[in-house]
Amino acid sequence: MPLLTPAVRASLPVAFGYVPLGIAFGILFQDLGYPWYFASLMGLLVYAGAAQFMAVGLLAAQAGILEIAVSTLILNSRHLFFGLSVLSRYRTRGLKKAYLIFGLTDETYSLITSTSAPEPDRQIDYYLAITALNQSYWVLGCTLGALAGAAMTIDTRGMDFALTALFLVLVLEQWNRLQEIFPFVAAALCGVLALSLFKDQMLLTAISLSIILFLGRYHLRADHHE
Amino acid sequence: MSDPLYLSAVILAMTGATFLTRLLPFLLFRNRAEHPLLNYLGRYLPAAIMTILVLYSLQGVDLFVPPFGARELVGALVTLALHRWRANPLLSIFGGTACYMAMIQTGTLA
Repeated sequence: MPLLTPAVRASLPVAFGYVPLGIAFGILFQDLGYPWYFASLMGLLVYAGAAQFMAVGLLAAQAGILEIAVSTLILNSRHLFFGLSVLSRYRTRGLKKAYLIFGLTDETYSLITSTSAPEPDRQIDYYLAITALNQSYWVLGCTLGALAGAAMTIDTRGMDFALTALFLVLVLEQWNRLQEIFPFVAAALCGVLALSLFKDQMLLTAISLSIILFLGRYHLRADHHE
Repeated sequence: MSDPLYLSAVILAMTGATFLTRLLPFLLFRNRAEHPLLNYLGRYLPAAIMTILVLYSLQGVDLFVPPFGARELVGALVTLALHRWRANPLLSIFGGTACYMAMIQTGTLA
């Protein structure tokens, strides 16, 4: 399978973020007193990092199902914008498409919009490989943490910087692709503004604000072209 | 206290809610993938979201308490410099992360 090698290469940095984060989730989850395999099950079915961390607190407080569902919806509402910008990339149907959509996390979105298959006609298979590999790292981390978290002696402190480094590299690659300063400056301003105003909903606020800026810019340009 | 039935219901509800947030744009814009506005967003949004994710992943850093984010800055600069030099994502990411982990674990710049 010549596709797997580039997909593993592209997704390996995500492994270095997802495995330690998954372990951290597993360790927290194990304190709730449920069997370890429920942590794996959450990684497999829910597959949303921030929501799973939030759920540990809500589960401990025996929160209502509806409350948990609504909190998950709000926390994950940024995903709406991810789908918006990969609509034309996911040109497939059925189960393949369903799985691609199901697995569209922050990191998967980042890789899908920044890297591509070695052969253009196998793009969808490449996306599927990236999505499945990323999820396997996450499930592995959740499982390890719940099973062996307390007994682990590897010092993983600082390892989650791999995700920051991944996003930085992808910013640089996006810069090489676009060669336009506007989206980066606009997003950075929105990000800083969101961090200082609505830290709890930073991602959603920052992404919404930058979409508003993009819409404004789009309409200004459209006017000029008339 | 730990009721597997309750947990199973929570997992199902969270699975549905998460999938819904990812599925909705595909349902809403089913036949509009070629709309110029969506093309425009598809072109610029990844750059914006990536920039925001960098800031998001660093939101735990306190700039007003020593070491004032110096480790994150060094880690980021190492990552970017390696990437400018070799343009090999794995090298840049591992180099920056290894450097950051070494600083955290040995208490450098504390």
